[in-house]
Amino acid sequence: MDKMPAWADAVLVPLISVFLAAAISALVILSIGENPLNAFSIMVEGALSSSRGIGYTLYYATNFIFTGLAVAVAFHARMFNIGGEGQAMIGGLGVALVCLFIPWPHWSLALLGATVIAALFGAAWAYIPAFLQAKRGSHIVITTIMFNFIAFSLLNYVLVNMLKPQGSSDPATARFPEATHLPTFQSMFSTADNVMFRNAPANVTFFIALLACVAVYLLIWRTRLGYELRSFGQSETAAVYAGISPVKITIVAMLISGGLAGLMALNTTMGEAERLVLNATEGAGFIGIAVALMGRSHPVGILLAALLFGFLYQGGTELAFWTSIPTQLIIVIQALVILFTGALDNMVRMPLEKIFLNIRKGDA
Amino acid sequence: MTFMKTILGSAAALALSAGAALADPALIYDLGGKFDKSFNEAAFGGAEKWAAETGGSYKDIEIQSEAQREQALRRFAEAGFNPVVTTGFAIAGAIDAVAADYPDTKFVTIDGWVDPAKHPNVLSILFSEHEGSYLVGMMAGMASKSGTVGFVGGMDIPLIRKFACGYAQGVMAANADAKVISNMTGTTPAAWNDPVKGSELARAQIGQGADVIFAAAGGTGLGVLETAAKEDILSIGVDSNQNHLFPGEVLTSMLKRVDVAVFDSMTQGADLETGVKVFGTAQDGVGYALDDNNAALVSDEMKAAVDAAREQIIAGELKVHDYSSDDSCPVLQF
Repeated sequence: MDKMPAWADAVLVPLISVFLAAAISALVILSIGENPLNAFSIMVEGALSSSRGIGYTLYYATNFIFTGLAVAVAFHARMFNIGGEGQAMIGGLGVALVCLFIPWPHWSLALLGATVIAALFGAAWAYIPAFLQAKRGSHIVITTIMFNFIAFSLLNYVLVNMLKPQGSSDPATARFPEATHLPTFQSMFSTADNVMFRNAPANVTFFIALLACVAVYLLIWRTRLGYELRSFGQSETAAVYAGISPVKITIVAMLISGGLAGLMALNTTMGEAERLVLNATEGAGFIGIAVALMGRSHPVGILLAALLFGFLYQGGTELAFWTSIPTQLIIVIQALVILFTGALDNMVRMPLEKIFLNIRKGDA
Repeated sequence: MTFMKTILGSAAALALSAGAALADPALIYDLGGKFDKSFNEAAFGGAEKWAAETGGSYKDIEIQSEAQREQALRRFAEAGFNPVVTTGFAIAGAIDAVAADYPDTKFVTIDGWVDPAKHPNVLSILFSEHEGSYLVGMMAGMASKSGTVGFVGGMDIPLIRKFACGYAQGVMAANADAKVISNMTGTTPAAWNDPVKGSELARAQIGQGADVIFAAAGGTGLGVLETAAKEDILSIGVDSNQNHLFPGEVLTSMLKRVDVAVFDSMTQGADLETGVKVFGTAQDGVGYALDDNNAALVSDEMKAAVDAAREQIIAGELKVHDYSSDDSCPVLQF
């Protein structure tokens, strides 16, 4: 029997964690002589009160949804894919190749092509660690994190020596042709006399992220593969006894995971920058771990957690603009949320479980 | 209720401060941050000097992500900051995208290039790093007894290859038989701040016979300079004058006057002259550092030769090959 009701596990624990993180952040802000309420209202105002702020929040959230889902899928098979960063980078390389070298007639076709290639490239990058884990037992945590560095070096090499326009000192590709530019929220939601989401980077990729959430839900809880994945994650020996091949599940789970991480590049590379820059992933692969942990590896939870982190990113930027709180402290605030929702999860969960057990005893 | 008040209050304060900020300059640092002991910190130094001398105030921000480049430019332009000064070549693309939307705001890109015909309100400041590197390369070639000198770059990007190529040409000009060993610290931005790796590379180059090493690697360079001092060979600093870090052990520093560029831009304020400005040898934008700390290391002969080369570069008689002009270097393989 569960120790506490599902709603408490899914809602109460993260909420209390976020609240604790916010309280400690407030103390930190107080200690450097700024007003935490003021800081909080700047964050809320900057991230949520205008359509432009929301546009930025959703842009960041889109990245985190993809990487969060990537971590979650692997996590259901009890694997810790911390290579989302590298898989997204290689996905970005795929997107750049598709956008630069194929003359697309229309953005929708370009998006379709780029989606397939980004997922394939990301999956391919995850394949090698997956193969090593499945066949050789090399630990996936070690190999995926090492593959992040290899991805970065590879990308740097390709950009500096092959894809960079000659004479440019910026290690980035040329701008993608006009036909591959994705519609932004501004062009989708603005009317003639009311410009919405002005200049915000949120784009059509957000809806692909939502589709990915649905797809992952269906995959994990409504398909045979998802069932195999979860049973493998729960108990490998039981799964083997039930005729599930550990090699196959390990590789398939990592391929799906890598593909999802690769899709993130659609948002940053095709949607926002419209060219491939060296630093396109910006740590979103790692934030994805926190997002997946906080969202309990469930697409709905991941969506909410990604929105929270999108808010923290955009709100943090606004803090940097309008207060004298140093950037490092803003990172501390973001890190506190990760710490409390990810690492210190049990600190909140255990006392809460005790409380619920006591309540039940009282009922009985 | 009180919370609502706070929100409204802060909104009002925001509006007020935005008004008060009118015509103050703003400074956007590149990724890597304000206190990188190198490029961005030099920009910060120039801004601080401007603030101290004029009593003016400025707003600065360290961006954390690519998407924030455009965001920061727009927010500062909309709040009335003028000019908006930026460091690093990576932001040039974002300026290209936003400049036309704010015709009354002047943008300055240090190290970046924006087409002046397309955007009349942008000033691109470029440094002739290859010329400055050539000059210190000559000094290295003359100071070296073993005939082997080293170069330690930060991240392997075209800009750093430009440094390396100019340096190698200078070394060859002083000693045609010299050997130049070139190493890059890495391929990620972490390469800008890895003094331990810098120290390792310096040791490896010393092992191959190098007795002068030029570090163009941001914070990583500190490790190079320190190891060189410990092993009792000469080193060359970069960007700021780093001679004082290890007095008597640093041959010279290749100066890149980012601080002067920022100071000038802020001093000119909203009336800034736009276009493309090259901070070359002639403008004292790049050069070599000579002070009490390295006076004993620089012989009269060395000084005479370097100053002669400097004059020749200014007069246009001596052309130093610029790596970024054709992405290749005649004297050094990457």
